[in-house]
Amino acid sequence: MWSLIKPRAATLRLWQLAVLVALVGFWHAMTHPGLIPPMLFDNDQQAAFFFGEPLKIGVRVWEWFVVEADIYEHLAVTLLETLMAFGIGTVMGLGCGLWLALSPMAAAILDPYIKAMNSMPRVILAPIFAVWFGLGMASKVALGVTLVFFIVFFNVFQGVKEVSPVVLANARMLGANARQLLRHVYVPSAMSWVFSSLHTSVGLAFVGAVVGEYLGSSRGVGYLILQAEGAFDINTVMAGIVVLTAFALVLDAAVGLAEKNLMKWQPRTSESEKR
Amino acid sequence: MAAPTPLPPALQLSDVSCTFVSRDAPSQRYTAVQDVDLTVGAGEFVAVVGPTGCGKSTLLNMAAGLLQPSTGSVHSFGKPLLGINARAGYMFQAESLMPWRTALANVMAGLQFRGMADAQAREQAEDWLLRVGLGGFGDRYPHQMSGGMRKRASLAQTLVLDPDIILMDEPFSALDIQTRQLMENEVLALWQSKKKAVLFITHDLDEAIAMSDRVVVMSAGPGSHPMGEFTIDLDRPRDVAEVRAMPRFVELHTAIWDVLRAEVLKGYQQQLQPKAA
Repeated sequence: MWSLIKPRAATLRLWQLAVLVALVGFWHAMTHPGLIPPMLFDNDQQAAFFFGEPLKIGVRVWEWFVVEADIYEHLAVTLLETLMAFGIGTVMGLGCGLWLALSPMAAAILDPYIKAMNSMPRVILAPIFAVWFGLGMASKVALGVTLVFFIVFFNVFQGVKEVSPVVLANARMLGANARQLLRHVYVPSAMSWVFSSLHTSVGLAFVGAVVGEYLGSSRGVGYLILQAEGAFDINTVMAGIVVLTAFALVLDAAVGLAEKNLMKWQPRTSESEKR
Repeated sequence: MAAPTPLPPALQLSDVSCTFVSRDAPSQRYTAVQDVDLTVGAGEFVAVVGPTGCGKSTLLNMAAGLLQPSTGSVHSFGKPLLGINARAGYMFQAESLMPWRTALANVMAGLQFRGMADAQAREQAEDWLLRVGLGGFGDRYPHQMSGGMRKRASLAQTLVLDPDIILMDEPFSALDIQTRQLMENEVLALWQSKKKAVLFITHDLDEAIAMSDRVVVMSAGPGSHPMGEFTIDLDRPRDVAEVRAMPRFVELHTAIWDVLRAEVLKGYQQQLQPKAA
């Protein structure tokens, strides 16, 4: 029996699922009123009050998506903000990274300011953006852009610096002019660095959107969480977190898929077939 | 040397020196080559041999226009060289294929840079892949090919542009001996049919003699310069494996090695000492 379910490549998903079931089961056992005698709290309602109950969270999510179907509007807002922050931040980071990497003097002049802006805890800009851009989507996108921009920027900068000098010299000998070098050597070389950073930056775009909503908005999943928190409805807060996590995973998978298709020139370790 | 040709030489380095200055410590200077006069006639195959670190690659980079000489001048077909030598093709020692392009796209690259239509470039590139024995491997990325295949792709990439001068920097040094002889014969056959000027850098004396019209021996660095020239009067066409058994080959090898050996030892000694230069 054990040899059938022993952890291996084929039963990987099964084991991953088992970990989830165990965690949720533990959570349920510890919080469901009356299931076990209270240990840390005065009465058996308090654990549920502080930590929520998996079953109620599940019901909440079900209501959002199926029964009342009222989350789609909020989810669409959050996802749109994320995608816009991600897109704008990536394009800006790519542009600035290429520009500064190829003009060392400009990079040297701007160096202390870039370092300063990168070290600054940028989430704190959210209130300023709210004043500048209002409480609508623009301020959330702006916050996400500041988070995404630097990640992509530094990776492009590094990627251009790490272009193989031989490949570069070869392209020049083959007759590439400055524009062709940019398009056919620098950008493809930087792209591998950009893609490794996109996983991080899509997550940060999401963070920017949700934190922005949380600090002041009238729509979005962050807004839902804030509302629930105001009413001490811990189950709804947890449900919001679960939904956000699930969609962060979806976005990450989408980036992974794009990477797999665009970066197929990169060596991947391949294993020999065992029979 | 053969009778003087009416054509200006494909490549003429006159009194060339190249000194590198360390960016961090400007007082640290290294003169790689000094007072070099080197001429490669149109259609001539010249090999340069020398001990390690004798500035052979520096010489080639100056001929390619990738590096400006500190003093002296470089002429290509009678014209002073400014910037990249557009009439030269360069086969590098290290991996030089663009890893994000397939073999076919790599061979097409130079044609595309020159503004050729994709369809026509593809046709020529496929033709060259066939000639170097890579037909059917056009859709492979460099990391999916063996070292020998990558070298062949590099060769096709350089030659598809039909350069008048071919610069080769130890192109086959990383290959095993069988692949190497195959490639050497291929290059010789291509050279024979097209009669381009070739400047071939190698540390392998056998290879130099087997392939070239003239062998130039460089002294040990720093301040390396040509210190001997030998005309290779072996019959063509040659087979690089067979030619090694000829008595004349052995004679030439002995003569050149006499000159080269002292320099190789000198270069080796200098590398052993931690701070000689």
